[in-house]
Amino acid sequence: MLDGRGAVKRRAGARLWLSGLWLAIVALAAVFAPLIAPHDPLMQDLLYGRLPPFWMAGAEPGYLLGTDSLGRDVLSRLIHGARIALIVALVAGIGTCLIGSTLGLIAGYYRGWADRIISRLVDIWMAFPPILFAILLIAVIGTGLTSVIVAIVVIDWTRFCRVVRAETLNQSQMDYVHSARIAGFTRMKTMLSEILPNVLPTIVALLSLEMGIAVIVEAILSFVNLSISTDQPTWGGMIAEGRLSIHQAWWVLVFPLITLFLTVLSFAQFGEGLKDRFDPVLR
Amino acid sequence: MSGGYLTIRNLSAVLRDTGERVLRSVDIDLQPGTIRGLVGESGAGKSMIGKAVLGVLPKALKVVEGEILIDGQDLLKLKDADRRRLIGASTALIPQDPLTALNPSHRIGPQITNRLVDILGWTRRAAEVRALEVLEEVQIADAARVMRQYPHELSGGMRQRILIASAFAAEPKLIIADEPTTALDVTVQKQILKLISNLQARHGTALLFVTHDLGVVAKICDSLSVLYGGKVVEDTDVASFFNGPHHAYGRALLAATPRHTDPDASLLPVPDDVIAAVRAELGEADRQWVRHD
Amino acid sequence: MTDALYRIEGLRVEVADQTRKPLFGAAPRLRILDDISFSIERRSVLGIVGGSGSGKTTLGRTLVRLVEPTAGTLIFDGQDVTQLSDDAMRPLRQRIQLIFQDPMSALNPRLTIGRIIAAPLRAKTSDPRVAAALDNVGLPRGFAGRYPHELSGGQRQRVGIARAIALRPDFIVADEIVSGLDVSSQAQVLTLLANLVKDLGLTLAFISHDLSVIRRLCDRVIVLQKGKIVEDQPVADLFTSPSHEYTRQLLNSIPEPDPSQRW
Repeated sequence: MLDGRGAVKRRAGARLWLSGLWLAIVALAAVFAPLIAPHDPLMQDLLYGRLPPFWMAGAEPGYLLGTDSLGRDVLSRLIHGARIALIVALVAGIGTCLIGSTLGLIAGYYRGWADRIISRLVDIWMAFPPILFAILLIAVIGTGLTSVIVAIVVIDWTRFCRVVRAETLNQSQMDYVHSARIAGFTRMKTMLSEILPNVLPTIVALLSLEMGIAVIVEAILSFVNLSISTDQPTWGGMIAEGRLSIHQAWWVLVFPLITLFLTVLSFAQFGEGLKDRFDPVLR
Repeated sequence: MSGGYLTIRNLSAVLRDTGERVLRSVDIDLQPGTIRGLVGESGAGKSMIGKAVLGVLPKALKVVEGEILIDGQDLLKLKDADRRRLIGASTALIPQDPLTALNPSHRIGPQITNRLVDILGWTRRAAEVRALEVLEEVQIADAARVMRQYPHELSGGMRQRILIASAFAAEPKLIIADEPTTALDVTVQKQILKLISNLQARHGTALLFVTHDLGVVAKICDSLSVLYGGKVVEDTDVASFFNGPHHAYGRALLAATPRHTDPDASLLPVPDDVIAAVRAELGEADRQWVRHD
Repeated sequence: MTDALYRIEGLRVEVADQTRKPLFGAAPRLRILDDISFSIERRSVLGIVGGSGSGKTTLGRTLVRLVEPTAGTLIFDGQDVTQLSDDAMRPLRQRIQLIFQDPMSALNPRLTIGRIIAAPLRAKTSDPRVAAALDNVGLPRGFAGRYPHELSGGQRQRVGIARAIALRPDFIVADEIVSGLDVSSQAQVLTLLANLVKDLGLTLAFISHDLSVIRRLCDRVIVLQKGKIVEDQPVADLFTSPSHEYTRQLLNSIPEPDPSQRW
């Protein structure tokens, strides 16, 4: 083993920047969708149905990534789809993070009955198959953006709770936490000033990962037609539609898949990169 | 050179990334049937020497020059497979931490016999008989029962005895002990050290004993090498070292070692000028190293 | 019993043994310390010695009220602190400090040395008491801006000492603070501690598994074995005429740097 100082250096740079770059592109696309999308994402034009992407024979200028069977521009739909994806990622990600981390911190630091109740709850919660749970939930509260977000939060807070609790338990054994108690700090203050900063990198990494998961869950729900109404373009919805015409127009399926894949991957990598960045020991 | 069982000549190793030297032209000669202490503070490179002999240096390190001779064969010139065979047949390790050195999910018996069977080609029956024998040699009562137990059922001292038994099981010519008692209580440490030196004497093993504790060296070693910054700054026999080390760093290290029998002796930290002097020597050694590189 | 700063009477500490907890009902109790009574004179150094599992670390943590006693009385400077609540304990906290065994775990890796020392003072890093504490332990003031992982083991342990003494406590528990250090840093830290005790008029409980480092520092020594005190003597008497078999064993097992008596 090497003595960590200087000897082991992780190269966090490349993946942090690459994933950050992609996420920035997606974010810009989402914010300025009406300005940069070349076409109305909903405009159908059956004359221009199943146009191939620009490099293939038969492509029509102005339709860079081709059109779907109803003649809607794939690129424009991808750009508008980024809006739903990012809203779900941000709101659902932060929601799960806040609820899960708070409960995890409390369970891990205060232990006792609070821990017992929270941990049992998590155990029971995790026994439900998540996607089935989401589908049931949406069947009850109805479809729509809010429902998707609520479903993700309700299902996924346990992920944060478990990891943060474990990490907090770990930190609570550290002598600097005892030391803060000896110095006479209250339990709340000790938790916030000694434990939270050390758990934070984990929370950040998880949050980023969770955002990626939220994007996937939204896509899955769109795929089974339980997410947003069909006239709003979503990546999951596009994948579902593209599947039907895979032999005639593969690009309708492949481009949203690539976008989804890159986005989810970037969220995960970005989180890991940030975590390393946050760590003064590795920095 | 006299033919020791293990001879290390002019061994230098560097960190691959930075080229920083970790071992600097180390010379060590270990005679059969004797114990040599490798003494130094953390970062002195004492464990790295043992690892280099066993061929398990961390990936980040690279040997850049020198020879490691076991029985006259240079390990660094052998093919990987040949080196492993030679090491496997002749050398054993007593590790530092008895808690992690035994696999918690296997019983004790197989952990001793597997090496004999798989690497040295003994029959399972012979290996089991031998395991019982060495467990009795390290004074484990009811060895047959212990062989069926799992590590977590045994105390730290017991586990260290088992590791010692395991090291001596194949009658190795050379044993490397890497701080084997650091994790133990003093009372247990004494028993374990006595055990190691008894077995070593009985089997005539050559033993390289890596430690930071000069007290331990005084009790069981015949000779010692004092390391600082990857360089051997003193190489002598135990009696003459404790009568008065030749090197300033050796003297300072001895002065910093507590002696309870002498209530008035105050502990002397290693003085800064001694450190500065050793550092300067290292710089000199580095210049020579660059020259004949 | 002239001027005891801290008096411990009939202390017992039990913890729940979670490894043998049945599915329902309470875990069985494990007795860590049993019927411990001793006192620490003002401005003296008490050595607490024992092997692993002797309960010495638990005793140290009970003295600073990190561990709740099951029975017994703790009287600090005339005040019964056994049952004090967190709030009632707070004013006493800064008079009672602990220096931890593992200096890496004791220092929050995300804080600079300055903030680590300043936090218990509830002060800024620019507070003169931070600089004074660094001076006291012989570290350059520039270290205030560094992180724990940038320091060597000996330096980290001095930061631990600096944090404890910055509060000007009356009583410090030092828990195995030199056991992870090289002999040369060990000698430095011990010398430093001895000087601080003298200069600042501290009362110290020095916990160690190693009798050889006790002799120079301590006035009185108690030896623990399996949660019980088996020996309580002035330090010189302990070394010359140990009364308990376990103490004799401990003394006998110290590897003296003297090759004339081989094992």
